[in-house]
Amino acid sequence: MTSIRPGEDSTATTNKLLEINNISVDYYAASGTVHALNDVSISLERGKILGLAGESGSGKSTLAYAITRLLHPPAVITGGEVLYYPRSSGGREQQRTPRRAITRVPTRPDTTPAPTDAESAGDGNQRGRERSGYQAQNSPGDITEPVDILQLTAAQLRTFRWSELAIVFQSAMNALNPVLNIGAQITDVLRTHRPSMGADSRRQRALELLRLVGIAPDRIRSYPHELSGGMRQRAIIAIALALAPELIIMDEPTTALDVVVQREILELVRALCREFGMALIFITHDLSLLLEIADEIAIMYAGRIVETATNQELLRQPRHPYSYGLLNSFPSLHGPRRKMTGIPGSPPDLRAVPAGCAFHPRCPMAFEACSRSIPMLRASTAETPEQLVACHLYDPRFNSGEIPTSEDFAAKYEANFEAMIGKRRE
Amino acid sequence: MNIENMGANSPFIALNDDAVSIPLPPAVLEAIHLRKYFPLRQFKLSGPRKVVHAAEDTSLALYPGRALALVGESGSGKTTMARMLARLYEPTSGTILFRGEPVKGNGRNALKDYHHHVQLVFQDPFSSLNPVHDVRYHLKRPLRLHGHARTATEETEEILALLNRVSLSPAEQFIRKFPHQLSGGQRQRVAIARALAAKPEVLLADEPVSMLDVSIRLDVLNLLLRLKDEEQLALLFITHDIASARYFAEDTLVMYAGQTVEGGPSEEVIQRPRHPYTQLLISAAPDPDRLGPDGKGSVTLPARGEIPSLINPPGGCRFHPRCPHAMPVCSERFPKRTELGGGHWAHCFLYGDGEANPASYKPIAVTPSRSSEGRGKGESGNHASPEVEIQGNAALPSDVSAEG
Amino acid sequence: MSIPSFEVNLPSSETSEFSSQVHRLRDMWRLVTLNRKVAFGLGILVFFVLVAIFGPIILTKDPNAFSPDILSPPSATHWLGTTQTGQDVFLQVVVGTRVSLLLGFITGLVATIISVVVGLAGGYFGGVIDDVLSMVTNVFLVLPGLPLAIVLAAFLPYKGPLTIGFVTVITGWSWGARVLRSQTLSMRSREFVEASKASGESSMRIIFFEILPNEIAIVAAELLGTIIYAILAETGLEYLGLGDVTTVSWGTMFYWAGNNDAILLGAWWWILPPGLCIAVLGAGLAFINFGIDEIANPRLRKEPGPKVDKISKTREVAA
Repeated sequence: MTSIRPGEDSTATTNKLLEINNISVDYYAASGTVHALNDVSISLERGKILGLAGESGSGKSTLAYAITRLLHPPAVITGGEVLYYPRSSGGREQQRTPRRAITRVPTRPDTTPAPTDAESAGDGNQRGRERSGYQAQNSPGDITEPVDILQLTAAQLRTFRWSELAIVFQSAMNALNPVLNIGAQITDVLRTHRPSMGADSRRQRALELLRLVGIAPDRIRSYPHELSGGMRQRAIIAIALALAPELIIMDEPTTALDVVVQREILELVRALCREFGMALIFITHDLSLLLEIADEIAIMYAGRIVETATNQELLRQPRHPYSYGLLNSFPSLHGPRRKMTGIPGSPPDLRAVPAGCAFHPRCPMAFEACSRSIPMLRASTAETPEQLVACHLYDPRFNSGEIPTSEDFAAKYEANFEAMIGKRRE
Repeated sequence: MNIENMGANSPFIALNDDAVSIPLPPAVLEAIHLRKYFPLRQFKLSGPRKVVHAAEDTSLALYPGRALALVGESGSGKTTMARMLARLYEPTSGTILFRGEPVKGNGRNALKDYHHHVQLVFQDPFSSLNPVHDVRYHLKRPLRLHGHARTATEETEEILALLNRVSLSPAEQFIRKFPHQLSGGQRQRVAIARALAAKPEVLLADEPVSMLDVSIRLDVLNLLLRLKDEEQLALLFITHDIASARYFAEDTLVMYAGQTVEGGPSEEVIQRPRHPYTQLLISAAPDPDRLGPDGKGSVTLPARGEIPSLINPPGGCRFHPRCPHAMPVCSERFPKRTELGGGHWAHCFLYGDGEANPASYKPIAVTPSRSSEGRGKGESGNHASPEVEIQGNAALPSDVSAEG
Repeated sequence: MSIPSFEVNLPSSETSEFSSQVHRLRDMWRLVTLNRKVAFGLGILVFFVLVAIFGPIILTKDPNAFSPDILSPPSATHWLGTTQTGQDVFLQVVVGTRVSLLLGFITGLVATIISVVVGLAGGYFGGVIDDVLSMVTNVFLVLPGLPLAIVLAAFLPYKGPLTIGFVTVITGWSWGARVLRSQTLSMRSREFVEASKASGESSMRIIFFEILPNEIAIVAAELLGTIIYAILAETGLEYLGLGDVTTVSWGTMFYWAGNNDAILLGAWWWILPPGLCIAVLGAGLAFINFGIDEIANPRLRKEPGPKVDKISKTREVAA
C-alpha cells in the first residue's frame, strides 16, 4: 500500500479517492465554542477500507458529517478542504457484463465510465488495478481533477451525493421510513437520481440489491418493522449501494446489533467492497472490529487524529500511548488471561480540553512538553514512516530518549495502575 | 503480558492448568426452574392467549465472592432473569431461594427486605439516575430506606464513604453534582454506589459497561471485581460480550432465546465450547489474534439465521433451525442437562440426554486454589461450608468432582 | 511519574464551591431572564400582581360610589371616564384586578392540583385504577362548560365567585390530567423509576419525588394555561350575570356595560379597559408558557448563531 501523507499532490496515476486537508469544525454553543475537529487530514485510496476509531468526543462522527456536508448550525466548518477524485472520463460506452448479472448503474454521461470487460473477471483488487492502469493509459488531458466537496453548489452536491458517496448513519435502523416498504425506499432513491430508469428496471435493480445484501427477494414488500435488526441494517446497506457509489461512509453500523449479526454484516460489507472496489470509511468505537476489517486505521482523540497505521502495524506496535491503552481495553478471547488496565480517567469534555496534548492528563508517559505544545501528526520513526503518530515521544526535539516500545507502554500503564490502587487504599 | 506476581490484594486470579476443586460456600441466591411468560395485550374474549416466552426453565446459583456471567444476545432472556432475580418481575413459575429459603411475599415490606440483600445495577448510566436529583439524594434514599443512616451526619459520613469506595474522589465535590454534570463512567459509579448503599450481599449487574466508552470500561469492571473480593459480594454479570465474561467471571452461563444452553467455568466454556450456539458466539466475536496472512481476519460462521420469535418459538431446542448439527429429536423436546466434566455442562443431544438431578442445579467450584501466594477462593473465610457432594450418573468420567 | 489527575479534573466547567441549589437557581434565573418571551410575560404578570396587591391600598375611594358625571369620557378627574351611574371606571378596573386575578389564580391552581393527582396516579398505577380514572377524566372532558355553568348557576342558590370557581375547576382539570397521564406512562418505564423501585421506595414517594419533578415544566405550562382559561371563563360567566354582580371585577364590568348598552352609547372607555386588561394578561401568561417550552426542551432553544463567516462558502473553488 502506498504511503499516505496528508496533502500529497495527486498525479494522473494516483489511486487516491479522497483527500481531507486540515478540516476544522466548531460548534457554537451558548456556553462557548467547542472545537469538534482540529486540523484533521487524512486520505483514502480507491477500494480501501479506512477505519476511524475513537470514543465520545473524538470527532469521528463529526468528520463523517463534515465530509458529506450534513452538518447543521451551530456546527460550522471553519477551515479545510475535502478533495474528491472522480473517475476520469472516457469515451467508453457502457457495456453489460454477461457473466455477472450485476450492472453498474450509469451515472452522469459526462463523468464516471461503466465497467469494461476486464472488470467482469477477477476480484475487485484486480479491477482496481485495471482501473488505475486505465487511467495511466489515458492521455495527459484526462488527468482527474479533484473536486472540493465543500465547495460544490447545491445542485452539484445533489448529483454527487449517493452516486459517488453514500452514508450509512448511526442507528441506521431508525433511518428507514416506517410507512414505506423497503422496495419502495430503494426505488425511491433510484427514481430521484436516475429519472431515466423505467419502473421495471428500478424493480430489477431493487431485487438485485436485496440479493446482494442477502435479503430474500420476497421481502421486497416488507415494512421495516417486519424486519429484524440485522435485516434492517442490510436494507440500509442495499439503499446505500443503489447507485454503486465509489465511497461509502458507515457510522457505527453494527453497534446496536448482536455479535453474530454484527459478524455477518461485517463479512457482507467486506465482500461488497472487494467485489465492487468501493472504498469504505468505517467509523466505530470498537477497535477490535477495525483490526479485522480495515486496511488502515486512524485513531482519533478529542478532535484530532493521534495515530494512523495499517491494522497489522497497529496491532504489532502501537505508537501512541492512547492507541496502546485502547488496544489493551479489549479483553482477549483466546490469548493468555492478562491483567488489563484500560486507560485511567475519561475522554475530555470538549468544552474544556487540556492544554497541549489533549491526552496528557491520562497518559502514563506524559512529560513536560506534553502540557505545553500540541503534537503534530508526523512519521513515527525512520523505519516506519507510513505509521503516523501525534506524540512528542517521537519528536527528537522534545524527547531525547528512546522511542518507547510496547513493553514500555505496558510497564508504565501497569505501574500507573498499581499506584492508583495504592492511592485508593489510603 | 502474563501475570507474574499477584499482589495479595490483587483482584485478578491466576489460572493454571491443574484445576483443583475446593469446597464452595453455600449459594446466597439461587434461581430454580424460573420461567417467565409475558402475556400480550390482545382483544380476545376467549381462546388461547399469546405470550412471549421470555425465559424457560432457567436455574442458576450465585456464591459469595464469585461472579457468574450470563451471556447471550438480545432475546436470550438474560435481562428477564436479572429482573426476576431483582424481583422487579414476578416469575411465572419457579422459585428463588435466598440463603436457602424461598422468597415469598409481594407486599412492600417483603420486597424492601429483599432489596436490602439483592441490588441491581442498570445498563444505561444516562437514564438510571434521575436527572432532577443530585448525587446526595440518590445515595441517601437507600441509606434511609434500609436503616443504614438515621441522622444527617451519619448520612453524610456514609455517603462520603460510599463515594470513596467507588473511587469518586474527592467525594465532597461529587456529593453535590447532578447527573448531567458527570461523565458516563462517573454516573455508572454513582449507580454502583447507590446499589452498595443498601449493603447487599448480591449485586446483579445488567450489562454495566456496554454503554460506556471503551477505555473506561475496564476501570468500572475492575471496580466491580475489587468490590466482589473485598466484600465477598455475589455478582451476576450480564453481558453480550463473551470476552469480557472471560475476563470478569469465574463461571459463565450461555442463554439462547430464553433457554440455558451451556454453562461452567468461564475458561472451559470459552476455550472448549460444546454447544453449537456457544461455538457460533465465539467464532463471531471479534478476535484480533486471528488475523490471517492477508492481514485480515475472515470468518465463516457455522450457522446462519436469526434469533427466533419468542411468541412462537421453535419447539424443543430453540436453536435447532440454525444448528448445523440438528437432529430430528432436537425439534421434539429440549435436551436435559449433560455433564461434560470439570463442572462444564450443556443442554445438547450431541452429548446425550443426561439424567439431571433436579435438586442439584449448581455450578461447580473449579477454581484453583493454587496461586503464587496461595490465595484462593476457599480461603476467604467460609470454613464452615460443607464439602460438595458427588452425585449423579455413574457413567460420568471418574475425574469429575462434580455434582451431577 | 505522577498519577494522572483525572479524578480531580471534573468534566463540568462549573466549580463546586457553590452549593448545587444556588447553582441551579442561578442557572434557572439566567435562563428565564435571557429568554425574552419569558421576561416579557413575567413583566406583564408582575405588573398586574402589583396592581392587584397595591392598587386598592393606594386608591382608597369606593369604586361603587356614584357621581354626577354620567357616562363621561376620560378626563382629568376620571382617568378612564365614568359609567352609567357615574362610577369611576379606572377605580373599578384597579379594584377589579384583585378579584379577577385572585379568582383566576386560585381556580387555576385547584384545577391543576386535581389534574396532577389524577393524571399521575392513573399513569403510574395502571390497571384498574388507571381505567377508572381515565373514564372519569374522559367524562369530564366532554362535559360542555358553558351549558353546564348556566344550568348549575340556575340551580344553585348561591351566586358568586364560589359557584363560578367551582364550575371552572370542574371543566378545567381534565385536559391536563390526560396530558400528565400519558407523560407519566412514558416516565414509568424509565430506568431511574425502576431503580427507585429496586431500592425499595414507596409508590407515593416515587410519584411525587421522582416522576413529578421531571414533569414540572409540563405542570407549569398547564397551570398557566388553566389560569388563562379560568380568567376567561370567569369573565364570560360573570358577563352572563351568573356571578355576583354586586362585586367589582372585570367580568361584572362587562355585565354592567352590556346591560347598559355601553357600545350603543359610544362609551368605549367602559368596555375597553377591562377587555384590554384581560387580553394583555392573557398574552403575558401565554408568553411565559412559550418560554417554558423553550426552557424545558433544549432543542427549541435558539443558540446564538455563529459569528464567523462560513469560510467554506466564501473560499474560491480550487478545482
